[in-house]
Amino acid sequence: MNRRQFLFSAATAALAGPSLLSYSGKLFAAPASTPRFLLVFLRGGYDCNNLLVPYSSDFYYQSRPTLAIAKPDASNPNSAIALDSHWGLNPVLKDSIYPLWQRKQIAFVPFAGTDDMSRSHFETQDNIESGEPTGERTDYRSGFLARLSGTMTTVPSIAFTDALPLSFQGGKRDIPNISLRGVGKPAFDERQSAILSGMYQGTPLAAAASDGLDLRQKVSKELQDEMMKANRGAATAKNFADETQRIATLMRDQYRLGFVDVGGWDTHVNQGSTSGQLANNLSNLGQGLAAYANALGDEWNNTIVVVVSEFGRTFRENGNRGTDHGHGTVYWVLGGKVNGGRIAGEQVAVNQQSLLQNRDYPVLTNYRDMLGGMLAKTWGLSGSQLQTVFPGAKPKNLGLV
Amino acid sequence: MPAMAAREGTLSQDDIAWLRRDGFDLNSATVARYRDLGRSRYLDEQLSDRIGDDLPPEISQLLASYEVNHTSTNDLLIGLQDEQQKIKDMPEGDAKADARKFQQQHANDLLQQAQQTEMLRAVYGGNQLKEQMVWFWLNHFSVYAAKGRIRWVASDYAQNTIRPHALGKFRDLVMATLESPAMLEFLDNAQNAKGHVNENYARELMELHTLGVHGGYSQQDVQQLALILTGSGIVPPKRDNQPPRLSPQMQPLYIRQGVFEFNPNRHDFSDKTLLGQTIKGSGFKEVEQAVDLITRQPACAQFVSRKIAEYFVGDQPPQALVDRMAHTFRRSDGDIAKVLRTMFESKELLATRGKKFKDPTQFVVSSVRLAYDGKPLVNAKPLLNWMNQLGEPVFGRLTPDGWPLDSTGWSSSGQMSKRFEIARAIGTGDNRLFTPEGSPKVGAGFPMLTTRLYYDAIEPNLSAATRDALAKAASQQEWNTFLLSSPDFNFR
Repeated sequence: MNRRQFLFSAATAALAGPSLLSYSGKLFAAPASTPRFLLVFLRGGYDCNNLLVPYSSDFYYQSRPTLAIAKPDASNPNSAIALDSHWGLNPVLKDSIYPLWQRKQIAFVPFAGTDDMSRSHFETQDNIESGEPTGERTDYRSGFLARLSGTMTTVPSIAFTDALPLSFQGGKRDIPNISLRGVGKPAFDERQSAILSGMYQGTPLAAAASDGLDLRQKVSKELQDEMMKANRGAATAKNFADETQRIATLMRDQYRLGFVDVGGWDTHVNQGSTSGQLANNLSNLGQGLAAYANALGDEWNNTIVVVVSEFGRTFRENGNRGTDHGHGTVYWVLGGKVNGGRIAGEQVAVNQQSLLQNRDYPVLTNYRDMLGGMLAKTWGLSGSQLQTVFPGAKPKNLGLV
Repeated sequence: MPAMAAREGTLSQDDIAWLRRDGFDLNSATVARYRDLGRSRYLDEQLSDRIGDDLPPEISQLLASYEVNHTSTNDLLIGLQDEQQKIKDMPEGDAKADARKFQQQHANDLLQQAQQTEMLRAVYGGNQLKEQMVWFWLNHFSVYAAKGRIRWVASDYAQNTIRPHALGKFRDLVMATLESPAMLEFLDNAQNAKGHVNENYARELMELHTLGVHGGYSQQDVQQLALILTGSGIVPPKRDNQPPRLSPQMQPLYIRQGVFEFNPNRHDFSDKTLLGQTIKGSGFKEVEQAVDLITRQPACAQFVSRKIAEYFVGDQPPQALVDRMAHTFRRSDGDIAKVLRTMFESKELLATRGKKFKDPTQFVVSSVRLAYDGKPLVNAKPLLNWMNQLGEPVFGRLTPDGWPLDSTGWSSSGQMSKRFEIARAIGTGDNRLFTPEGSPKVGAGFPMLTTRLYYDAIEPNLSAATRDALAKAASQQEWNTFLLSSPDFNFR
């Protein structure tokens, strides 16, 4: 069986029954008008206090003798960029994120997070990805994006990761996953892929086997074409921007719900302020998001990106010029048509009294309520659909979408 | 059960189907032994645990070189305490940060040694049924390595807690896990004390380990069991291994076993009611009574039997089979070997052949067994990498429920293509299994899968689609890759 025949028979098989939904999207371009949603998970708990600088707080400067970022000052390129009279942006984002802010295409939501108080990376990441109320998890294998994907029929979904993240596990349909950090040659050429898929024809795993092989073929081919066009030599992504441009290629035409994670945020030691580990990571992230917006072109107007992390970090710096695990953090919401250029959600003055356990930011906006409100609006989910995605959530409308 | 093995010629299809589930699939040694003994003696030998845990000498030497395997748990924990104290006493600065980093690296090394030990025993262990049960129980009584001190005690948990009881009495296995530092740390019972009750372990002991979520216990039972479990914990290393100060009445109630201790000062001595039975406040004896009571519930026999059948027989195992296994469980007071015998002598085991999709562990272990057929590898790191890539590393399940036993968790499109890629790495020899850690890569060559074993035991049962694929292979490497990727090999 050659590849064409194989694709044809797979299509016929797919049309014959419910496996239609399990097909990973290559046969149906999603309707152009449906919105795109990308969740970016910063694993490790990023230090939000050196992203969104509470520059009007003296307590911030007392708490971070070596890590604080200077108050906005036109003559100092290493000072925070004023966003309003209280909050400033880390200047490493001047050329990537700040232009989006000026176009009102990004909002920040401080004091956001979960009510899981373990301050453990793994427990809190799991807690968020599950989307279930803390302490009442009924299914350890079910993620909120999988449930979201399952409530809708026209939202092809994909994880841009090596393994399927918990967010996308346990759903009713197959969610493909593929990392776009590097684009090596796929392990199998077309002939081999067709032979491998052929063995699984007529078995319960026929669609999974052929979809998985096919996605790798297609991605590799598309991205190699793209790279030749851009006349760039390196096949391996050295930075997040290379990766997000590849993601944009897939999200533009085929997929509508995506997930990607970025690691390296657990800065206990020498985290730096406007240079160093955290600054490099933020800069890389900012360029990646700007590149994503750019690569989507007009479709950026039909796109929402939310950046989350499992928790914030200690408000005070520690003895190693770093910060330790904290609680509340700052989420980012981006998109061509989001109601941005503002700091959204409930806030408190940043001082010692407002810290949680005299240690870190409290959570005033629960991720379930915030995402629930946003996703419901974006896709017009009913109340009961939303309860499937985030059981027990009280959706909050922050007016962002 | 008649001995159906044919001493000469090919084994019957039933024999092969049976043997593929009895072990991590086939290799020449297991097939030869089965031919010699016949099915029922082969099973007897495994279930009576007479084979022992011997490994090829090269693999034994490799395992003996690992720190976790030549250092006692007590010494590992004391070493950790010393390391922590040293770090605490250092002034803040780069040297201290480096010491912390070094300590993390050490902990990760210990975990990798424990994981490699488990994988190597699965590949090379002579009693393959027991090796599968060791993995099964490690997963049933799952612990997550990254929590607390578990990386230091993970190997102890596998080798000294689970392995000795893998084919024994279920009740003894529960008691062994209950007293293990790994479980005490993972589910927080080390912190469970009178006035500071922690219910975490009490709940999971009933929900995940014995009765199942609808096993007929109430929140009240969880609370009562938590009280019963107060005082069972880990010897605090800070105490320099001295017993705690105890009043004369309490002294005889103190128990210490390795690094486990029952500290009567931390125990709630009130009378409890568990599952309708009164348990008099008496100290650690309450725990033994409670475990007896719980493991003798009909729900426990059902729950454990169903999980075993789900692992070996099918995602939805036949209820009649589960009922018979549960009956054996109750009649034998939870004798695991007898429950396994009921299953391995059942008609359902053979009737459901070829329907159970291998989980990643079964896939990787059975691929290496078939491809290298007993040849001792020198570097087990690739095995761990493959388990990580497929998302089922041992000691890597964060939540206490263990990895899923059904196929849905392991058969997504991303999983399938990753599995084919690993089949390729094994089938083409493009891996480092025979390259010692740290040395430059040398071409180890690809394995030969077209062996007598293949023609005797595999080829006769292949599906037409797989034969067709193998016929199209352009090289031996490709042929190997296709065979290891085939549904015939990946279902059993």
